[in-house]
Amino acid sequence: MAILVDERTRLMVQGITGKEGSFHALRNRAYGTNVVAGVTPGKGGQSIEGIPVFDTAAEAVQATQANASLVLVPARFAAEAIYEAAGAGAELIVCITEGIPVLDMARVASYLDGRGHVLIGPNCPGIISPGKANVGIIPTEICMPGAAGLVSRSGTLTYQIVHELTGRGIGQSTCVGMGGDPIHGLGFLEALAGFEADPETRAVVLIGEIGGSDEEAAAQYIAESMTKPVVAYVAGFSAPPGKRMGHAGAIITGSSGTAQAKAKAFEAAGVRVGRNSVEVGDLMQDAMRGAKP
Amino acid sequence: MDLYEHQGKDLFAAHGIPLAERGVAETPSEARAIAERLGGKVAVKAQVQVGGRGKGGGVVLTRSTEEAESAAARILGEGFGGTPVTRVLVERLADIADQLYAAITLDRTKKCYVAMVSAKGGIDIEEIAREEPQAIRRSAIDPMLGMRGFQARFLVGHLPGAAREGTEKILSKMYEVLTAADATLVEINPLALLVDGKVVALDAKVTIDDNALGRQAALAGLRSSFPVDPTQARANEAGLQYVKLDGEVGIIGNGAGLVMSTLDAVSQAGGRSANFLDLGGGASADSMATSLEVVLSDPGVRAVLVNIFGGITRGELVAAGILEALRRVDPKVPIVVRLDGTNAAEGRRILQEEGDRRIVPAATMLEGAERAVALASGAG
Repeated sequence: MAILVDERTRLMVQGITGKEGSFHALRNRAYGTNVVAGVTPGKGGQSIEGIPVFDTAAEAVQATQANASLVLVPARFAAEAIYEAAGAGAELIVCITEGIPVLDMARVASYLDGRGHVLIGPNCPGIISPGKANVGIIPTEICMPGAAGLVSRSGTLTYQIVHELTGRGIGQSTCVGMGGDPIHGLGFLEALAGFEADPETRAVVLIGEIGGSDEEAAAQYIAESMTKPVVAYVAGFSAPPGKRMGHAGAIITGSSGTAQAKAKAFEAAGVRVGRNSVEVGDLMQDAMRGAKP
Repeated sequence: MDLYEHQGKDLFAAHGIPLAERGVAETPSEARAIAERLGGKVAVKAQVQVGGRGKGGGVVLTRSTEEAESAAARILGEGFGGTPVTRVLVERLADIADQLYAAITLDRTKKCYVAMVSAKGGIDIEEIAREEPQAIRRSAIDPMLGMRGFQARFLVGHLPGAAREGTEKILSKMYEVLTAADATLVEINPLALLVDGKVVALDAKVTIDDNALGRQAALAGLRSSFPVDPTQARANEAGLQYVKLDGEVGIIGNGAGLVMSTLDAVSQAGGRSANFLDLGGGASADSMATSLEVVLSDPGVRAVLVNIFGGITRGELVAAGILEALRRVDPKVPIVVRLDGTNAAEGRRILQEEGDRRIVPAATMLEGAERAVALASGAG
């Protein structure tokens, strides 16, 4: 097991003929991911080292039964690519692209609501189930198969924590980089629910950062619905208070968005919080020992 | 990108949101001329992007053109809240019957926009939200549908009768501004009901989504009117996220989360960071060299900590960039380097072979933070 991606993943890569697209499609395939198709409008019929390229996602799905898509297209085409992947029936859509306008993502979120697709990202490193499948740009060398689940809002910080886990011999079931954009697909709650239900995952590490109120909501969810141990890390304790204009944001969230407030929410929910990546590794070691096999 | 009040009001005017008559002045005499045209009784408002303008002397109500001129002279001369002020907005004084509040902004949790209207405005709206939540009505807007008429009617339903129709019209225009300008915040505080029954926007807070500036050429052009510090401009041009702080340890890292985590590590080691600098993904040797130049241009920096965990970013390019920077800027302070991830071993080898004593290798992020803090305090 694992969550969201594994041996059954059949991946198409949107934007496969671009520099990033071909590089990561081949890298994902080299790791063992079943990369079945590429999509680039106008490039149908070509092949990227044996991966067939189609003009549209619908044709790619029809010909290859792709069930997941990796979106690696420029920001101005990204919303369109997500609609297209969903329309073609992709169950999982992982969007790496950064710089997508918020209005476009608000429309994407409204469109996807209730349709049953899972969107990860945008502006994220993707997702890896070590030893099974890599969908995105997470460096594979630092990962190791195992029983720790990881979900993170940050990219490179994810690598840092995975590195700490692997260094202690703690392998990972699945690492999910959900991305840090204001509007994103899968959040902490969905990832936590997935890990709770996954028999292979024994403990979870959650990596948050300043801004928004996702961590506060996650803390409440953990207190109410998780039986597996969760360790948290929040980046930004010494970050300068952001310049803020207007008050509407604070009225909606009712949260200050600071690292202090988030750490407090986790601790109040009984979640242990590491002050730095080393402490997170140590706490996970404790958690894995105590967790049921 | 936050707009100045006068820029936000120009946007409001273009979409038909009623405003008080106004003009922008860059000199006291221009302020006087505008005040004269408006009949003398005006508000002179500092154009700044910090809050607390009303209480802090950044808004002056005047009764004559002379007073307007001297208020403008004071604000333009002294600045406001520690920042220089280059422009004042001169606005005709309105006869206010009631102060309200209206805003549309992003709701990250609901993944859509939300409109809010408060029957009380002009004062600390967050306090009202806490203490009198019933004074504020909210409605989530599906961006596929836009703001519907019934939503606007609901939002104004608790306002004094005379203010309802005007506010309802303004709300739909605020949503027009939001979508047309790719704004993530459109806020009016106060929204004023005047004695003559009109509803007008007496302030404008508009934030434009930075990700949308590529398709908002006219708004992107407004950036040239913002005061920019030369170091900041250099960083922006190279695609670096740089925020100046007041410590002594310069920080360079890749990825916002890792850089924030590095600031935390420095603080836990008992030091203070001089800046936040995120190289971004796929950094080149040149962007590494530019980063070091930017960080070292701060005279307060006593040591630099470079913390890279390579994914797309490759270790050998980071090392090459550090060596390039040593040649370009000849730093006088030690540079602690922690490299991990893609091609890190190669990067560490390149730095070691150079044998420059200013480069101090660190095996881990925490060790790097401790070394840099010790070196910055002269104890290294």
